[in-house]
Amino acid sequence: MKDLKATDFIAKITISTIAMIGIFILIFILFFLAKEGIPILKSTTLKDLLFGLYWYPTYSPPEFGMLPLIAGSLAVTLLSSLIALPISILVSLFLSEVCPKTLRNILKPTLEILGFLPSVVLGFLGMVIIAPWLQNSFDLLTGLNLFNASILLGLLIIPITGSLADDAISSVPTDIRAAAFALGATREETISKVVLPAALPGILQACLLGMMRGVGETMVVLMAAGGAAIIPESLFDPVRPLTSTIAAEMGETPVGSPHYHALFFAGLLLLLMTLILNLTAIWIEKRWRWQWR
Amino acid sequence: MKKSITLLTTVILMLSLLNNIAEASSLIIKGSTTVLPIAQAVIESYVALYPDIKCSLSGEGSGNGIKALIDGTCDIANSSRFIEVEEAEMAFKKGAYPVPFGVAIDAIIPIVHPENPVDNLTLEQLRDIYIGKITNWKEVGGPDKGIAVITRDTSSGTFEIWDEKVMKGAKVTPRAQIMASSGAIVQAVSQNRLAISYIGIGYMNKYVKGLKVEDVEVTPETVRTGEFPISRYLFMFTRGWPQGETLRFINFILSDEGQKIVERTGFVTIR
Repeated sequence: MKDLKATDFIAKITISTIAMIGIFILIFILFFLAKEGIPILKSTTLKDLLFGLYWYPTYSPPEFGMLPLIAGSLAVTLLSSLIALPISILVSLFLSEVCPKTLRNILKPTLEILGFLPSVVLGFLGMVIIAPWLQNSFDLLTGLNLFNASILLGLLIIPITGSLADDAISSVPTDIRAAAFALGATREETISKVVLPAALPGILQACLLGMMRGVGETMVVLMAAGGAAIIPESLFDPVRPLTSTIAAEMGETPVGSPHYHALFFAGLLLLLMTLILNLTAIWIEKRWRWQWR
Repeated sequence: MKKSITLLTTVILMLSLLNNIAEASSLIIKGSTTVLPIAQAVIESYVALYPDIKCSLSGEGSGNGIKALIDGTCDIANSSRFIEVEEAEMAFKKGAYPVPFGVAIDAIIPIVHPENPVDNLTLEQLRDIYIGKITNWKEVGGPDKGIAVITRDTSSGTFEIWDEKVMKGAKVTPRAQIMASSGAIVQAVSQNRLAISYIGIGYMNKYVKGLKVEDVEVTPETVRTGEFPISRYLFMFTRGWPQGETLRFINFILSDEGQKIVERTGFVTIR
């Protein structure tokens, strides 16, 4: 009995230490981001930073207007979500409700593997295949633009959201489906009026997680979004999201310069965006999670 | 991408293990990422010739290299620009006398798609295109189509020359697409009939067309004579007149053999 207690104790200590280390690292990263990002407010005002229209960080005097970058991040995320989320939900519905089991056993792992596709490969596809195609078919100035990046990001989002939404739909108990069928509902009615509403919080969460992937993605937008720091006016304008700005500029920025601090501030903004999405997901979980038991 | 990899990686070439440790002398080179590929290639041949030397090379930017030289933490500082007055003053204060050696010339060529009929642009036309004043190819003798302006990120050495020699401090239009590497620029321009951009001479290939600037074609000769206007010297600075190992290395890079390596890395040789 004593031995068991001792091993229990050791296991408990080990696990909580590891968990604590994780939390500490997270807090440290947050602290570091804030510590390196906040000093930019010494060189410019918060208003100029968030609403300034011009991003000229290396000129003198430098301009640190991040609105075009923020708009770029939001535009890419929203457009790719518009493309990817409906498809993801349809895919997940097909997988969990319509598709025969043998096919599902092939499709679901395929979908999940698709999610591991290196984003640099997708970015390359965007540069070499989608960009010339877009430019020739729509007679554009450039094929590297908002639309191109959004298609690629959509391809990254679909496996994540599709797979998670499928899990949410599959976790709706079969009793409920059986009850619906017993009451004379058709399969279509069962899906749209019983299964979907029941799985809705889970599906929404899956959507939000997919969007978070979109906000944080760097390589694809660096390669395919065109990289012009303007507020997009059309689907085919090049954009420069926060992520690709950080990736492209951090390497050659003198440590401790206002530009360096501005890039960390951009990182802080990104963190804030994903945090908002994450909190919304948690709120949905708390507020709407269907109680089965 | 390539750049950040070279930045992060401190290239350390190991000396042969056959020698006694006591006999090994070392050479520390720091500085510009533009000069990095030259230094790397030269060191490779140099170490093959003199296996008892321990060379360490890193690229953290011209400014940081010169700072390290002044502080005495490196023997040679690579720089893509000449030393600034402030830096020289700081060096004198610390008792260091930085001596420049021009080791190669970097030329930046404006490029377009091979099917673009435009062959020549003046510096003023280039500038007007990049500040967004000229937005149609027909204004410079091309078809009636918009111009897709592509530029490098403003922290890059390539942009630095472009800014100095072409823009002369004027701001690049925010509509310009910014690419993070010369490789990406070549890729984008080779795919886009309306694009214009600029690259270092070493990145030229048959999929893009180099433009004449002010009717001067870019050749090693026109770059060396200074006729071709968008070019700059690349330097190696030593702390005082080089001696010993440092002298031997500088002599090597300035020798015919060293300059052949410079040419192979895609830069223009000094003679």
